[in-house]
Amino acid sequence: MGKYYDMLMEDVRVREGLKACMNCGVCTGVCPAAEFYNYDPRQIISTVQTRDDDAIEELLRSETIWFCGQCMSCRPRCPRGNTPGYVIQGLRALSQRLGFFVESEKGRQQLAIKRIVGENILNTGYCIVPKMVVPEMHQEQGTVWRWIYAHDKEVYSQFTPSYRTEGAGALRKIDEKSLEEIHRIFDVSGGTKLFDDIERFSDRKAREMGYDGATHEYMMETYTKNSMTEE
Amino acid sequence: MKRANWTEYQKAIADDKYYYARSCIRQNFYPGSEKAFLEILHKDLGRDIFDDPLHTSCTGIGYHSDIVPLETIMTVVARQFSLMNDAGYENFVTSCITSFGIYTEILSTWEEFPETEEKTRENLFKATGREFVKPKNLAHTSDVMFHFRNEIAGRMKRPLINARTGEPLRVVEHIGCHYAKIFPSKGIGGSEFPYVLAGMIESWGGNVVDYPERRHCCGFGFRNYLVQANRGYSIANSHKKLESMAPYKPDFIVCNCPGCTMFLDRWQYTIAEMDGTTYGDDGHGIPVLTYEEMAGLVLGYDPWELGMQMHQVDVEPLLDKMGIDYDPSAKYLGRNGKYIGKPEPAAVNCSSQNNTIYDIKM
Repeated sequence: MGKYYDMLMEDVRVREGLKACMNCGVCTGVCPAAEFYNYDPRQIISTVQTRDDDAIEELLRSETIWFCGQCMSCRPRCPRGNTPGYVIQGLRALSQRLGFFVESEKGRQQLAIKRIVGENILNTGYCIVPKMVVPEMHQEQGTVWRWIYAHDKEVYSQFTPSYRTEGAGALRKIDEKSLEEIHRIFDVSGGTKLFDDIERFSDRKAREMGYDGATHEYMMETYTKNSMTEE
Repeated sequence: MKRANWTEYQKAIADDKYYYARSCIRQNFYPGSEKAFLEILHKDLGRDIFDDPLHTSCTGIGYHSDIVPLETIMTVVARQFSLMNDAGYENFVTSCITSFGIYTEILSTWEEFPETEEKTRENLFKATGREFVKPKNLAHTSDVMFHFRNEIAGRMKRPLINARTGEPLRVVEHIGCHYAKIFPSKGIGGSEFPYVLAGMIESWGGNVVDYPERRHCCGFGFRNYLVQANRGYSIANSHKKLESMAPYKPDFIVCNCPGCTMFLDRWQYTIAEMDGTTYGDDGHGIPVLTYEEMAGLVLGYDPWELGMQMHQVDVEPLLDKMGIDYDPSAKYLGRNGKYIGKPEPAAVNCSSQNNTIYDIKM
């Protein structure tokens, strides 16, 4: 009893975000995720503060913890100083550490985020770059984005002297030494380990689901599949 | 009165000598805004702001989509501070709201849990041999623009006034959630009545529109946009805001967060394509501006030099209202006036069907 609660409490965000919830539901009232999903942050806090291992493990394996958009609208409104969004961050970190995230469709999406955003950080030093926002995968980016994407050098060079080249300016190429520093930071501070964990647990789950490991096809399924909109 | 509540939330904003950290999203979608910010600071206001080629992303989008651990982002942030030290600056300004939230949260966490700062120092030294001193002043770039709002008003060429009617323009301001919802005391006006954009609008002649969903999130939601399967969350929340503001007939929307600017622009396009709904005048979209673009127009910058051709929702209806002279045929040109085609028509745009006013003539 309380094993998972103790693990959660190792995370300073959970210590900061979980005082004593009185179940008023203000967090749920302002929550954009509750607006869209069948989601109730109050319930999450309520479950965690029971310290019940079975109930917390169920959360760690659930879709529920992956709905939050981390806008943190809950934080300034809670009359008791809780931050459900911080508790969610702690739950997700633990779910990934223990490999439970692959047991939910939304949790499995972590592989896609790791491969798209995570690897881009290591390769370019940025979370996103224009060539990553492929119009076919981003129809919402509109006709203007198709035009920008097709003529990126012509468009960006009007606003930066160093588009994809070294030197100061927007979208500059980040120098090798700086990128090496970022890589070493990931190595010593747990970033690389988290990437490896996400790959390893995803690979095991993918095989269980009949894929030949965490292949590109498996990753694309996690990126596109939304069974909540299916009959 | 509630209206004056913002005055309780003030913060110190450095007056000069800034270290500038760019934004992943702003430089991708609004590179003209970052360029304009630096030009306004340098040329119009005569301030020293350093654009350092050595800094990287803060990794905030990865952190808030849970693929970058807290210890890692703390160490990346510590490296940025170390770079600021190397360059000889003490005032850190960041172009991104996610980053501003990250820096604010990390500085506060180091105060509250000193062992995390100690661990970060250890990690940074081990990884890079670097040490760091924390910034004396931390601000978002919109704070800096707010700080200079009266100086800018003194140099104003085009106020936020409808040139045809003489009435103030009606402006919706949208504040990025991470500007003040995480640490209300670090934002001008706090989280309930943020004044950072409203102050600029009022100083430059416009009227701020109040509407029910003014403080609702734009719907980015990190993993809820990054993963294609989740994007319904994102558009649904933008839709809620647009429906709520439309009856107040805003002339334009202005945001301090680069992500919000992009989403409120692009989801208007998507909604128009999906069911034909548009929210602006005469079947058009509502133009969505960055605060740098708003300041740039007020100071007399050319809209295409500000990069406003990179918006999906056309900005011409606003330019016309403000009485701005612009060259419609120059809108979509490349470097040195090279013709590089133009975007396909879209339902949300002025030029979508047979409107030839804004159309580029070949």
